Amino acid sequence: MDDPLVIAGREYSSRLITGTGGATNLAVLERALVASGTELTTVALRRVDADGGTGVLDLLRRLGIDPLPNTAGCRTAAEAVLTARLAREALGTDWVKLEVVADDRTLLPEPVELLDAASTLVADGFTVLPYTNDDPVLALRLEETGCVAVMPLGSPIGTGLGIRNPHNIELIVARAGVPVILDAGIGTASDAALAMELGCDAVLLATSVTRATDPERMAAAMRHAVTAGRLARSAGRVPQRFWAHASSPPR
Amino acid sequence: MEVRVNGVARSVAAGATVAELLAVLELPASGIAVAVDGEVCTRASHERTVLAPGADVEILTAVQGG
Repeated sequence: MDDPLVIAGREYSSRLITGTGGATNLAVLERALVASGTELTTVALRRVDADGGTGVLDLLRRLGIDPLPNTAGCRTAAEAVLTARLAREALGTDWVKLEVVADDRTLLPEPVELLDAASTLVADGFTVLPYTNDDPVLALRLEETGCVAVMPLGSPIGTGLGIRNPHNIELIVARAGVPVILDAGIGTASDAALAMELGCDAVLLATSVTRATDPERMAAAMRHAVTAGRLARSAGRVPQRFWAHASSPPR
Repeated sequence: MEVRVNGVARSVAAGATVAELLAVLELPASGIAVAVDGEVCTRASHERTVLAPGADVEILTAVQGG
């Protein structure tokens, strides 16, 4: 049996964290969540009259999945802090996936505002899981600020471009004292497996499942990929060689 | 008097509280969060928070996302 994923003292047997955005309806989402085996799932906070309804919280409660509110859409530390406080009020959790993005085209994290918001929220008693760039220095700064995990992107949100800088992810893993969760950019199962092979503690994905042709099937694929990648990481892979090395005896 | 609720002008009784506004809107007190003029109004203070004319009220809930 694998060790549980431990974040801020909470234990999870699944190392796959999912988002709920992009699913065409709650029935599709429910089948995907069940197939993924996830125990922690992000939700967004929006005006009550906005599209999307309020059924997602009831669904997560029924499935026994912890909600992880995010601050998606926030551009400044002040916006993100207010959103986190509203999420705490609405959901009764001090856990927050902290997102502060720089612009709409890239949705890349705005590092200065992100660090500022993280610092304020930690001081305010929040359990902060920041969505961050694949920047090993910023990851360390966020950890020093008191974040309970760091969540570097593989590539920009929703692109499905996979992990563009695997070495940076390995550098983050090598120095992190908190769980590293690969967040954003996963396109298909091999990307999720690679994240785990690089040493990440978990994977967070949404689009690759919810917008797949068959979300339930892709959710199952991601579940297996995360398990396979984790196993491969702990199994100790063979070194890569330039020349062939026979696997059958010479005579 | 007029207040703004999620960006839309709305008439409420003078001296209405946040709790009374939620009742008029038929919203539950749980599963939502209220901000008045950019500050969180906690559930415990819904009853005693009186809306001023022109108050900017945001009422949020969890939706699919992330």
